[in-house]
Amino acid sequence: MTDSPLIDCRQLAMSYDGTEPILRDVNLSVAEGEFVSLVGPSGCGKSTLLRLVAGLREVSSGSIKTRGTEPGESSLRTAFVFQDPNLLPWRTVAGNIRLPLELPSGCGEASTKSDRGKLIEESLKLIGLSPEDATKRPRQLSGGMRMRVSLARALVTEPELLLLDEPFAALDDILRQQLNEELQRIWWEKRWTGIFVTHNVAEAVFLSQRVLVMSRRPGTILGEIVVPFEYPRKPELRADASFAKLTGEVSTLLRTAAEEAA
Amino acid sequence: MRLHSFLRAVVQNAVPPLILGLVIIVTWHALVTIFETPKYLVPLPGAVWEAAIVHFKKLAIATRLTALATLCGFAASLLVGTVIAFAFSQSRFARLAGYPYFLFLQTVPIVAIAPLIINWFGNGFQSVVLVAFIISLFPIITNATSGMVSVDPDLLDLFQLHKASRWQVWVKLRLPASVPHIITGARTSSGLAVIGAIVGEFFAGYGRDQFGLGYLILSSSDYMRMDQLFAAMIASAMLGLAIFGTMGFLSSTVLSRWYDHE
Repeated sequence: MTDSPLIDCRQLAMSYDGTEPILRDVNLSVAEGEFVSLVGPSGCGKSTLLRLVAGLREVSSGSIKTRGTEPGESSLRTAFVFQDPNLLPWRTVAGNIRLPLELPSGCGEASTKSDRGKLIEESLKLIGLSPEDATKRPRQLSGGMRMRVSLARALVTEPELLLLDEPFAALDDILRQQLNEELQRIWWEKRWTGIFVTHNVAEAVFLSQRVLVMSRRPGTILGEIVVPFEYPRKPELRADASFAKLTGEVSTLLRTAAEEAA
Repeated sequence: MRLHSFLRAVVQNAVPPLILGLVIIVTWHALVTIFETPKYLVPLPGAVWEAAIVHFKKLAIATRLTALATLCGFAASLLVGTVIAFAFSQSRFARLAGYPYFLFLQTVPIVAIAPLIINWFGNGFQSVVLVAFIISLFPIITNATSGMVSVDPDLLDLFQLHKASRWQVWVKLRLPASVPHIITGARTSSGLAVIGAIVGEFFAGYGRDQFGLGYLILSSSDYMRMDQLFAAMIASAMLGLAIFGTMGFLSSTVLSRWYDHE
């Protein structure tokens, strides 16, 4: 049972009515508890693939199964982190984190108010926010803090599958590295299954067990590179020669993908 | 410290228009005196002031009734406009079908509709409210609709991911997201409601016992009482300013809690 992948895409294709296809012939399987990254040229359909896995868009042909069923019908607890933190300005930090708990599929086991309060508190702590931050409004936070709140909003549902769509793309490099380290720590602690879309090769290698490289649109998976480093990974890893070698390999594959005729 | 800076802001903002106002009044007085303009054309500023003092009670009663009609019409348009916008946001068909008719209501001259309304709904307060309502409805509808429809697609995905019902999407997302738009519409519409109430009163056939500023303006004009007409006109403008100012204050207090710049 444990051998069957959590996510299984076969011959997946996707196009909006009558337009040029966005994805073609995607075969992807992700095991339970695995962390994989998707990199590829802009507009190659990475984000679309993530939304297909979340059940937010319809597949045109082929199949996609999450724990054996269609994503829309699956009981798999899924959370999504967007490139923009997308917080609701009229809610406080705690109110923003509470949002998924107020919606049908986000409720989970936490039916009472105190259960929810505890979950919110835990996810605040997990993501490195202080209890005083809970009553602030998004406009009072920096870009990095907003992204932390957005992560907390995803983690509060105790997801089994976490989908991240370039969450740190708008942050400066140091902040991005810090959040990478924290995300990696949380994943190691909680062991949800993660799919991380990014443009940043170093980020992909640092975080994941496998890096999948996609072709130009219509996107398909060209190749994968296994990242053998042990978890928890230390910041110093980035300075290691083996790390540089791997990022080099991914970059080369990525360049082939970008230059290859569609 | 805050009170001090507030007072300084008031002084800074109030002094320039007061100076200009003084210049205008002095020039006005001088021109009327030099050219010996008859008082049935332009009264002296002093005469307007005198009329305002002598007829203070009459003006106050009229202003009160006009303000009441304005507020009733404005409140109704705020409520009904939001409900119509809700319907528009739920159905593209409703939006396409209904919009031209509301546009028609906006573009047809209110002076043409007002007599009709008096004819149908009788003389008196209710018809005045109705005229104020009709003229102030459209800005609320357009602004609220655009606010409810132009919600961030990622946020819609987030709500869909957590299986939110249409109702939840509306209450937790579309309605609060449209508040800044509704406030913008309400500012325009509150000013229009004053005009609507006064135009309504032109036709509403008020008598000696019950009258608003519109009636006062009309009757002063009939008797060539320019001093009274000017006093009523200034009272109308001040009513409009007061309502507009209150709306501005409300909007900036609400929105400054949500957004950085407003």
